[in-house]
Amino acid sequence: MSVPARVAALLAAVAAAVAGIVFVSVYYIGDASSLPVIHYAATNGVVNVVLQEDPKSGEATVPDWVTYYAQDPGTQKWLHTTLFSVPANTKVKVTIYGYDGCTPLRNNFYSQVLGTDGGTVGVRQYDKNNKPIGGAQTVSVINSWADCNVAHTFAIPGIGLYVPVASPNADNSKNNLCATGPCTPDMGVAYSVETFSFTSPSKPGVFRWQCLVPCGGGYVDGNSGPMQTLGWMAGEMTVLAS
Amino acid sequence: MSENTNHWRRMLGIWLVLALAADLLIWLAWKPHLPPGDMTDSARHQQFDIAVLAVTAAPVVIAVLLYFVYSIVVFRAKPGEEDQDGEPIYGNTKVQAAWIITTTVIVMFAFGFGTVELIGPAGAGAGEGPNPIWKLAGKQTSTWQPGDMLQVQAIGQQWAWTFRYPQFGGIESSTMIIPVDTPVTFHVTSLDVIHSFWAYQLGVKADANPQVDNVAYTTAKQLGSFRLQCNELCGIWHGAMYDYGKVVSAGDFQAWAGGVQSKEQGNGILAALPPYSLTYDPTTISQLGKNLQTVIGLTGSSGYFYPPTDPVQP
Repeated sequence: MSVPARVAALLAAVAAAVAGIVFVSVYYIGDASSLPVIHYAATNGVVNVVLQEDPKSGEATVPDWVTYYAQDPGTQKWLHTTLFSVPANTKVKVTIYGYDGCTPLRNNFYSQVLGTDGGTVGVRQYDKNNKPIGGAQTVSVINSWADCNVAHTFAIPGIGLYVPVASPNADNSKNNLCATGPCTPDMGVAYSVETFSFTSPSKPGVFRWQCLVPCGGGYVDGNSGPMQTLGWMAGEMTVLAS
Repeated sequence: MSENTNHWRRMLGIWLVLALAADLLIWLAWKPHLPPGDMTDSARHQQFDIAVLAVTAAPVVIAVLLYFVYSIVVFRAKPGEEDQDGEPIYGNTKVQAAWIITTTVIVMFAFGFGTVELIGPAGAGAGEGPNPIWKLAGKQTSTWQPGDMLQVQAIGQQWAWTFRYPQFGGIESSTMIIPVDTPVTFHVTSLDVIHSFWAYQLGVKADANPQVDNVAYTTAKQLGSFRLQCNELCGIWHGAMYDYGKVVSAGDFQAWAGGVQSKEQGNGILAALPPYSLTYDPTTISQLGKNLQTVIGLTGSSGYFYPPTDPVQP
C-alpha cells in the first residue's frame, strides 16, 4: 500500500472513531440534558417554585417510578423535570403538592426541617373531595417514624436545606392515591400542600437536590432507579446572577 | 581500571551534591506544603511520613537519572565509532552486593518506619475497624467537658453525612464541629451502601460500611475549617457528597453542642431518633416494628421500605 493510501486509511479510521464517540456522547449525554429547565423569576423580590411529587410517572419506560414534577410559571403546565433556576440572593418560596404515600426515612434525622426561613414548613391536608382537613399547620418536624406522614424529602445539602415532604393523610389516601402523574387536586385523590421559603445563595452555581427517603421501588435499599435519575427524584437548582 | 574508578568517583560526587540539595529542598521548602497539612496530629504525621519517603526516594531517583544522563554524555559513541562495539560487561559482585544490601536496607527501613508511624499516632487517622489495636489516650466520659475525649459518630447515607454526639444526649447534626486540642474518637458507619469518610485536613479516612463500626482517632491542633467528603463511589451524587467542618475552641464547641441539644430536645427530633448505637439496622424502627415492608398502610402505591438485603435489580 502506498504512503498516501495508508495516510488516507489512517485518517478515515480516526474520523470513524471520532464520529462514534460523538454519536455515543450526544445519544446518551444529550438525552440526559434534554430535560427542560424551568426558569423561575422573581416577582416583587420573591420567587415562587411549585413542585409536586407523585407515586407514578406514567412514563412508558418506567411507569412505576416515583417522581417530582415542576410547574412552568408561564403556562402553569406541569413539566416532567427536576431542573430549575432561581436568581441569586432572593427569597424562594416553595410549594410542594404531595400525592405520594408515606415511606419511613432511613435516617429519621431528616424528619427535621432545616434551612428554611424560621426553620419551619406549613402543611395542609386535603381529602379526595379537595376539601381541607383541618387548618394549616406550621411545624419544624414531621416525624416519619411516628405515623404515616412523610412521602419524600426536598433536600439541597449544599445550602443546608432539608425539608420532609408530607404525604397525604393516611386514612384519606388508603387505596386512593393518584394513579399517574402529573396529578391535580380535582382527580379525586387526597393530597397535601406544603410551603416553605429560603434565601437562595448569593453566588451563582449549580446545587443538586435530592430525596432522602428510600423510595426507589424495586431497587436495592430503595436508593436506585428514580433516586439516581435526573427528572425523577434527583434534580439541580441553578442559581443565576441577579 | 583507574579510568572506571574516576567515573564512579565523579558520579558519586555529583550524586552526593544533587541528592543533598534535593533532600534539603524537600525537607525545608516542600514539606510544609505537603498534603494533608498539619491541622491535626494525624495529619502532621502523614505529612512527615510523605516527606521522609520523599527524602528517601529522591537520592535513588537522582542516582538512576544521573547514571542515565552521565552514560549518554560520557559514554556516547564518538564520530567514526558507530560501527564499534562497546566494552564487554562482566559480573561485578561488589556492585550486586551493594545493590541488594542498599535496596534491602531501604525496604526494611520503610517497613519499620511505617509500622512505627501507624502505632505512634494511634492508627495515623485511618479506620481501624470496630476493635482498634492502637488507641488514642483520653478520658472517656458519658458527658463531655473540656479536656475529655470526644466521641463523634459519622453516618453516611446516599448522599449526605450526618454526625451524632453521644456525650450530648445523642444529638445529630448535618455539620461537624470538633474542639481544638481534644482527642477525638470517630465511629464511622453507613445506613445503606459503602461510603468512605474522609476529613482531608484532619488526616482522617475510614470506610463507612453498613452494620460496621469503624473507629479512627485524631486530635486537632489548629482552629479552622476542613473538608469532609465521601471517598467511595456510591452513586449519582457521590461527587457532591461533601461538606465543610470546623475546629473551634472548646468553649465554642460546648456552646454549639449545647445549643443543638436544646433545639433538638425542644422540637422533638432528639426523641424521634433511634437510641445512639455504634451501628444501625435501618429495617428496625422501634416505633413502627421490624418488618417494615409488611406493615400495611405505611407505604405508598409504589414504594416500601427496603431492607439492605433486598436483591431486586432492574
